[in-house]
Amino acid sequence: MSRIDLRTSWLGLPLASPLVVGACAPLSADPERLPLLAEHGAAAVVLHSLFLEQVERDWLEWEHHQQHGSQSHPESLSYQPSVDPAHLGLDGYLQEIETARRRVDIPILASLNGLRPGHWAEAARAIEQAGASALELNLYSVPTDPRLPGAEIEAQHVAIVHAVGAAVALPLAIKPSSSYTNLAHMAAQFQAAGARGLVLFNRFYQPDIDIETLEIRPNPLLSTAADLRAPLRWIALLEGRLELELAASGGVESGTDVVRLLMVGARITQVVSSLLRHGPGHLRQLENELRAWLEAHGHSSLKELRGCMSQRRSPDPEEFERAQYMRALGSYAQQGPW
Amino acid sequence: MTTTALATTALATIDANEAVARVAYRLSEVMAIYPITPATPMGESADAWAAAGRPNLWGTVPVVEEMQSEAGAAGVVHGALQSGALTTTFTASQGLLLMIPNLYKIAGELTAAVIHVASRALATSALSIFGDHSDVMATRGTGCALISSASVQEAGDFAAIATAATLQCRLPFLHWFDGFRTSHEIQRVALLDDGDLRQLIPQPLVEAHRARGLSPDRPVLRGTSQNPDLAFQAREAVNPTTEAAPAAVQAAMDHFAALTGRAYRLFDYHGAADAERVLVLMGSGCETAQETVDALMARGERVGVLKVRLFRPWSSEALVAALPNSVRALAVLDRCKEPGSGGEPLYLDVLNALHEAWPGERPTLVGGRYGLASKEFTPAMVKAVLDHLKQDAPLNHFTVGIDDDLTHHSLPVDGRFDTEADTVFRAIVYGLGSDGTVGANKNAIKIIGDATGLEVQGYFVYDSKKSGSVTVSHLRFGPQPIHSTYLIRRAQLIACHHWDFLDSFELLDAALPGGTLLLNSPWGAEGTWERLPERVQRQIIAKDLAVQAIDASRLARELGLGPAINTLMQTCFFALAGVMPLEQGLEAIRAAIRHSYGRKGERIVAANLAAVDAALRELKPVPRGPIQAADRPPVGPLAGAASWVRELIQPQLERQGDRLSVSALPADGSFPCGTARWEKRNIAESIPVWDPEVCVQCAKCVLVCPHAVIRAKAYDPALLAAAPASFRSTNARDHHLAGQAFSLQVAAEDCTGCGLCVEVCPARNRTEPRLKAINMAPQRPLREQERSNWDFFLQLPEADRQALDLRHINQQQLQQPLFEFSGACAGCGETPYIKLATQLFGDRMVVANATGCSSIYGGSLPTTPWSANGEGRGPAWSNSLFEDNAEFGLGFRLGFDQRKATAERLLRELSAPGGNGEASAPPPAVPPALAEGLLTADQSDEAGIFEQRQRVEALKRQLNAHSQADTDPRLATLLNLADDLVKRSVWMIGGDGWAYDIGFGGLDHVFASDHDVNILVLDTEVYSNTGGQMSKATPMGAVAKFASGGKPAAKKDLGLIAMTYGNVYVASVAMGAKDEHTLRAFLEAESYPGPSLILAYSHCIAHGIDMAKGLQQQRLAVDSGRWLLYRHDPRRLERGESPLVVDSRAPTVPLAEAMATENRFRMLGMSQPERSRELTRAAQENVARRWDLYQRLAEQEP
Repeated sequence: MSRIDLRTSWLGLPLASPLVVGACAPLSADPERLPLLAEHGAAAVVLHSLFLEQVERDWLEWEHHQQHGSQSHPESLSYQPSVDPAHLGLDGYLQEIETARRRVDIPILASLNGLRPGHWAEAARAIEQAGASALELNLYSVPTDPRLPGAEIEAQHVAIVHAVGAAVALPLAIKPSSSYTNLAHMAAQFQAAGARGLVLFNRFYQPDIDIETLEIRPNPLLSTAADLRAPLRWIALLEGRLELELAASGGVESGTDVVRLLMVGARITQVVSSLLRHGPGHLRQLENELRAWLEAHGHSSLKELRGCMSQRRSPDPEEFERAQYMRALGSYAQQGPW
Repeated sequence: MTTTALATTALATIDANEAVARVAYRLSEVMAIYPITPATPMGESADAWAAAGRPNLWGTVPVVEEMQSEAGAAGVVHGALQSGALTTTFTASQGLLLMIPNLYKIAGELTAAVIHVASRALATSALSIFGDHSDVMATRGTGCALISSASVQEAGDFAAIATAATLQCRLPFLHWFDGFRTSHEIQRVALLDDGDLRQLIPQPLVEAHRARGLSPDRPVLRGTSQNPDLAFQAREAVNPTTEAAPAAVQAAMDHFAALTGRAYRLFDYHGAADAERVLVLMGSGCETAQETVDALMARGERVGVLKVRLFRPWSSEALVAALPNSVRALAVLDRCKEPGSGGEPLYLDVLNALHEAWPGERPTLVGGRYGLASKEFTPAMVKAVLDHLKQDAPLNHFTVGIDDDLTHHSLPVDGRFDTEADTVFRAIVYGLGSDGTVGANKNAIKIIGDATGLEVQGYFVYDSKKSGSVTVSHLRFGPQPIHSTYLIRRAQLIACHHWDFLDSFELLDAALPGGTLLLNSPWGAEGTWERLPERVQRQIIAKDLAVQAIDASRLARELGLGPAINTLMQTCFFALAGVMPLEQGLEAIRAAIRHSYGRKGERIVAANLAAVDAALRELKPVPRGPIQAADRPPVGPLAGAASWVRELIQPQLERQGDRLSVSALPADGSFPCGTARWEKRNIAESIPVWDPEVCVQCAKCVLVCPHAVIRAKAYDPALLAAAPASFRSTNARDHHLAGQAFSLQVAAEDCTGCGLCVEVCPARNRTEPRLKAINMAPQRPLREQERSNWDFFLQLPEADRQALDLRHINQQQLQQPLFEFSGACAGCGETPYIKLATQLFGDRMVVANATGCSSIYGGSLPTTPWSANGEGRGPAWSNSLFEDNAEFGLGFRLGFDQRKATAERLLRELSAPGGNGEASAPPPAVPPALAEGLLTADQSDEAGIFEQRQRVEALKRQLNAHSQADTDPRLATLLNLADDLVKRSVWMIGGDGWAYDIGFGGLDHVFASDHDVNILVLDTEVYSNTGGQMSKATPMGAVAKFASGGKPAAKKDLGLIAMTYGNVYVASVAMGAKDEHTLRAFLEAESYPGPSLILAYSHCIAHGIDMAKGLQQQRLAVDSGRWLLYRHDPRRLERGESPLVVDSRAPTVPLAEAMATENRFRMLGMSQPERSRELTRAAQENVARRWDLYQRLAEQEP
């Protein structure tokens, strides 16, 4: 098994395997978890996202607690001790990058997340200086303003990529939502604005409601194997059409999932939910399953595999578009209660 | 050399606490601290600097150790000194009293040390946090040197001089300065740099101090027990040291002068060389006296002031040498009172000095008292005293500054006298606590001080409420040093940052003619005039004031600054004050904004910068119109109040309390209850509004309301006939209340708008789920309507206590609370527990209240929340001290038990058949059946209490009737004690600072005593009242003051300690997690016939939480296992059960997740993430261990 070459590269970074830990606070906010991930075979780690709006909120909250109730009663002119919040917000994130670099040898990618243009470029520069290997831009927005045209949002997203691309020499990956009208066009624009890779896709938190208490429930759902389909399809569609490198994120549960994504053209697969479910040891299992499949099918490296099932190269390119839907549903009518 | 030193001296705009801490920190190796107002900030600075790793003068970081009390701190100081470490502490008032035993030891052993004291009044009939010299004067006999500084500059300087002197002469020094007036006054001062300190503190003396430390390498014995043959001589052996000390102090002062150019003497005389009348005093009053003397000299008067610096050891020779020979009359002013003495301390010492050392005919000498508890001391008072000395036989033992119409000791004062120069710009700024006003003013002072070279002074007055308090900033700027240590009485600029103040008190009394009034007006410049109260309009016209207005609250909201109007109002201040060129001022403000908010995000910076521009744009002159507005009532609806309320309370509410004369005050400190109901503060922006359709009548909102402003009543629907049209009512849902109407009513004018009620409300409007059965709505439009509704509601009958099933919150909450409208923080987590206790037991409750938040919101004038029911019964309340509350409460119990025992003995005697049982013997005074009933009454529930009260009334009638014919004195005694036959519920209430730390020894003794007392610990897990210092109740990993680096130790398990005695009922409750459990615990604890301890989790503003979500935080504390719910009832043993029942579920939420919702835990992650993770992990392990332990204890076979 050891003869099989799992090496790949992502955004120009040589990686030992395509198994990359995706951005997720429970996995990477505690730097002590990073060596564990590396030991279990993570080829790289994308640190949890720095939410730019959260940084502002954190500061406002900090300021609020510093001021709340202060200068009001002569015995208690303040309620919070004088502490330097050196790790609050961007400063804290930069220190996490530095700590991560000290703790592990694998590449550490940073992730920025935000709603508004804000000061992305400034944060990206600081992240570059802190020594991140690459930067993932997490374009997160759930626009609800009925007066705001989609084109404007798209232009804004491209402007963000452009601003960051102009500010740093770090390789950039974009982790977009799947909800653009024409993702292929957006991808081309991201590329033109300076992106080198595309991570498909950003998952949005989908709240639930409690019908008894009439409350919103945060209750985040982990991704499942079903979530693999969207990245699989879009990687297949985009592979080879642009210069962008492609990565999959969402729904990787087994080594064969990795194989599928590599076959449609992914350079790496980001793993989060299955690690949260099964623990860091699951990384090694994925790797072992991947090796076993490759060996069983006579592959010695990933190169032979990558992109073989992309739309460009697949035997049935139209299957990635729409007819499949009708046929697949049609099969239900011949089974079960029907 | 002096010139060079002065030229390079760094300046800083700081208060005296900081000036002293900066010096003391650098000159110490060990600092033992404990919070006490107004000295606390010194310890806080030291703790913060140590946590940040700042070194002392010798390159090491001092160890800063918080102790369990000042007595503990003094013990540590003594011990550290014995080890040869340079050691200090900071304290005041009662704290200094607790140190006295050690001070005798430290001084007796000739140990070099400096203790810094922000001097404060001692508690007598009332507590006062404010400044006078009572505390320091109580240490006169200790043998410590006592040195007094009078200003911010002097405080920093004397901290250094005292350290140099103590190392030289080996007497420990108490360095003191006036609490608040100096400790909290901001001035621009010259700092002492490390070089200055190194030159001032000779290293050989430091080494000698270290060499005197105990060492097993050269052992000695200290602290022997001596017999009559030696002890006297040993005391006298210190004489040479004491006698040499004044010279050592003067030498240190001279050395200091050579280094810095600032010269001091043991007694500093200021005034005419040929003065005839001289004032002698200590502390901040010296400054005002100096200013006044200068003004009087300018008028040609021959007057002077002698500032006493070194009070102990006293040097009569130095005093006499300092006074001009021309003196004919001296007045010595003491800022303390020693009742029954021949005179106050300084007076007696000066008297003695003249007697022993004055050459020739002695001048006339009188003594007087001034400035107790920070009473104002003004130039007019100084002049009154100096004028008084012109009399041939001036009054001795006078007072100045008050009107003593009782014993006629006070001197008349002409309040019109003024010494302030026109060149001093003076501003008074009125703000609401926490609105940023004080912070903005402090910034302004720093900016002006730094940029202009002007002398600056800031002093800030706060009121006694913890929510909705008024802050008054007094700001002075001038070209000459400012010696005015009194509030501004005449100001060029008055700023009012909160519109409602215009109705509440006389803002413009202090306005100088031609001055400016700056208003934060919701009406804009154009709409302001007609809405001004008529009397304000008249004053504006009479004084020809320019009025400028800005709607800063609206602008702040629009700019995304929330309620923070500080940047806007600060800009307006600069625009109007004219103390520096506006452009320069604006640039400084902008620079300060960039500095303060730079790393907090561009939006915050931009919003504040925009606020500067908006302020300049929107600040507009208010055009004067005709005098037209009808005057509104000055304060609240006091018309219906008793006359004593109007006479005693109203002047305080109008900030005119200084005008009350001596005879108006109760001599023994007893005040009537229930005065908070008269102070309609109207501080809530929004208030809860009840929706009867949605309400399930669970009364949870009533239970949790910290200020008892939401009440429920069930009543005869016929009573609604007289209800105001807007009064809301519905049918009672509980079948026990069938046929009755139900109302939930809000006291709109007493509400703080905290929102806890809305958060706790479980009922959602099913069609509009964002609404609940209680929803917040703006208060102002509802104010009048709800005032009528509240008045109607109050006169509805209270519930029949006997008919309520107290096991259910919805019925129990129909009981009338006897704790209402306190000054606690909005959303306070403590007060709902107190209120609950008063509902359940208030009519027979006696409360011993430890000093702390609960004594401050519970007992601070002008108005207090403890109240009585319609029958005039209610909790009797008293506060002794911080450290002795358990003992104090136990004293209540013992006293009541003795009274009851006496009553019962008399009952038996007076109900016994007379004579020898002959038929002709007269009937006993008390019918035997009545006596039997009284003696065997079951008072375990409301019905039992009610019946016993009926019997007591019958007994009184019987005794009254019998006493007509019978002269047996026992009848009168029994009559006097009859009420003691009704169960007295003794409660000791206090916070964790009391129970876990300073009062634990006494509490522990009470646990072991087996007496029937109820102990309610309001556990906020910090010293809340002094601003959130760590206590032993602080959880692991929390950041608190005195634990800036996070508390490494686990929370003390006080409940477990109490359980080990076996005889103590212990309950751990959290109302927000399980309210019926709390209720059950209170009922069980009170019914338990021995000591009962209730540990009540109380969320607190110091936790860094959204206070509206306090109950959710309580639930999280329980769900994460950090706080357990349990009841330990020894009575269960009798039933063969384990006494402990754990009432909470196994933890369901990871501790880290719960901790992340409170800033006190998050702060550590932001400052030291690795330590935070370590402590969080350790804390999680503790939770698991503790859970297992409690499970095992609960499962144990008895």
